[in-house]
Amino acid sequence: MKDTHAIKNRSGFAAAFTPSRILGGVLIVVAIVLLALVPRITQGYWLTLFTDILKFVVLTVGWVLFSGPTGYMSLATAAFFGLGFYMAAVLSSRIPFAATIVISGILGFVVAVAVGALTLRLRGVYFAIFTFALVLLVQAVVLEVERLVTHTRGRFVVPVSGSAIYYSMFIVAVGMVVAAVLIKRSRYGLALQSIGEHEEAAAHSGIDVVRTKVLVFAVSALFMGMAGAIIATRRTYIDPYIAFDLQNSFWPVLMAMFGGMGNLVGPVIGAGLFTYIGDLLITRFQDLYMLIFGVVLIFSIVFMPNGIVGVAMDWWRLVKGDRPLTRRLAITCYCIPVLGWITVLLIACRLAWVKSRGGRNAPA
Amino acid sequence: MHLLEGEGVTRHFGGLAAVSEVDFYVDQGEIVGLIGPNGAGKTTLFNLISGALKPKPGKITFKGVDITPLKAHKICRMGIARTFQTVKIFPHVPVVRNAMVGALFGTGHRISSREAQKKAEQALEFVDLLPLKDVLAGDLTLANQKRLEVARALASGPELLMLDELMAGLTATEVAEAMGDIVQIRSRGITVIMIEHVMQAIMQVSDRIIVLDYGRKLAEGSPAEVAANPKVIEVYLGEECDVDS
Repeated sequence: MKDTHAIKNRSGFAAAFTPSRILGGVLIVVAIVLLALVPRITQGYWLTLFTDILKFVVLTVGWVLFSGPTGYMSLATAAFFGLGFYMAAVLSSRIPFAATIVISGILGFVVAVAVGALTLRLRGVYFAIFTFALVLLVQAVVLEVERLVTHTRGRFVVPVSGSAIYYSMFIVAVGMVVAAVLIKRSRYGLALQSIGEHEEAAAHSGIDVVRTKVLVFAVSALFMGMAGAIIATRRTYIDPYIAFDLQNSFWPVLMAMFGGMGNLVGPVIGAGLFTYIGDLLITRFQDLYMLIFGVVLIFSIVFMPNGIVGVAMDWWRLVKGDRPLTRRLAITCYCIPVLGWITVLLIACRLAWVKSRGGRNAPA
Repeated sequence: MHLLEGEGVTRHFGGLAAVSEVDFYVDQGEIVGLIGPNGAGKTTLFNLISGALKPKPGKITFKGVDITPLKAHKICRMGIARTFQTVKIFPHVPVVRNAMVGALFGTGHRISSREAQKKAEQALEFVDLLPLKDVLAGDLTLANQKRLEVARALASGPELLMLDELMAGLTATEVAEAMGDIVQIRSRGITVIMIEHVMQAIMQVSDRIIVLDYGRKLAEGSPAEVAANPKVIEVYLGEECDVDS
């Protein structure tokens, strides 16, 4: 019976007000207030970046909400995101922005229910491949409808101001995180985890596995669709190739792994850092972008199986003396952070150097 | 009316008749033993009752209701709980929350999570796992994992409990404890069907025994009758041999 003391009983209201929880709550409130103030502090590049971060927070948390506990690897994110994206183009000239977002979310939800009811009986790699193909299928259907029925290719979008986009995305992101926390803590959270660990035993313990899976899958799709509708309005013209970009399926998976999937803090941190690092690399080091990114990814998958949050927790246990120092822990807790900081320093040096030479690669 | 009744229950896997035209019944308050050689179809019959598989053809009724078309979770909510031959606990979930799954989802009516926790703890207390309730289930010993499965099943408040080789792989002491547990479960008004290979245990505990062989019902009756049945001796128990000859 190892680690008996490390696992505390989570239920009961007395446990809800420990100092670390109060600190966590304060941090969350501060973060939300700061994020709400972003458009008042800055416009332009930083506003766009933060909108992107929030977009990936929605997609990543949505992905983790379903795929994390159940182990069903969904690559359908881009399909729901793309549907919302396209819906915004179709509707934006006719109805208010807010209504477009809501309708796009509902569309994502409905499609996810239909798809989920059909395919959530598939397991493992079959489910992953199907959801991957779903993105291509939806894209192809939209393309064909445009070609044969509406005789158009792509659509114009009525643009919306940067602040309005940011605030809508902010609301959707907060909604996504709140929904994820509520689901995770509810009986559905336990049901999802049971399904992931032993689906047959879950069913025989009275869990309606199909309904639970479809419902949570659809809730995540609801927010993905809304995020898509919002992002679409950053452009003036879109077509199915822009809307159904498969990167929107892959990034959330990588971001979740990078941050850590054990809880919901990991995906949020992963989405934030990953978006920022990716953006930094692509704007400042176009030539080295993929190389650096690839190395960072490989290192994080090999040495941080539980993501950044996992490293932080290992480190904390080590400092508290709960665990003896093994070679593996030494690597994850000391070598990787040191390497990380060296990388950050190198990038900072290079940036300073570029700046001193007259800012050839100034940000867009 | 029998508590559980099967008529002509059949299931083929390809050309193999795993269970073939089996009629059976279980009455309220009984402990029924299900025995037979490996591959006789015992676990398949359990799967057919619990809804993991559907009989084709055949009909199973529980408390007079036809449960053949129902899905596993519905059957569980009606009051049939089971354990598995190879333990299927939720390894990365604490013991108490494993049992809470049964209490939250298996009772057939919505209960608060506080109530579910209380029920789960009662079930854990019954199988002597309460001191380990905050341990991850995957860290338990095999015997304790089997106890946890029983607790999870009991937490769903069943009228009929199906135990699939509860005693396999347990030490003699643990077998004796498990036998005591089963008798106690019955004294709470829960009917039990059990698959078991530990003969001494099943003969002692069961009121009635059903013997399966090659998917068919070979014999049925009290432990003494079954033990004396020449067909059962031939296919399963083995003949007493005379060492001198």
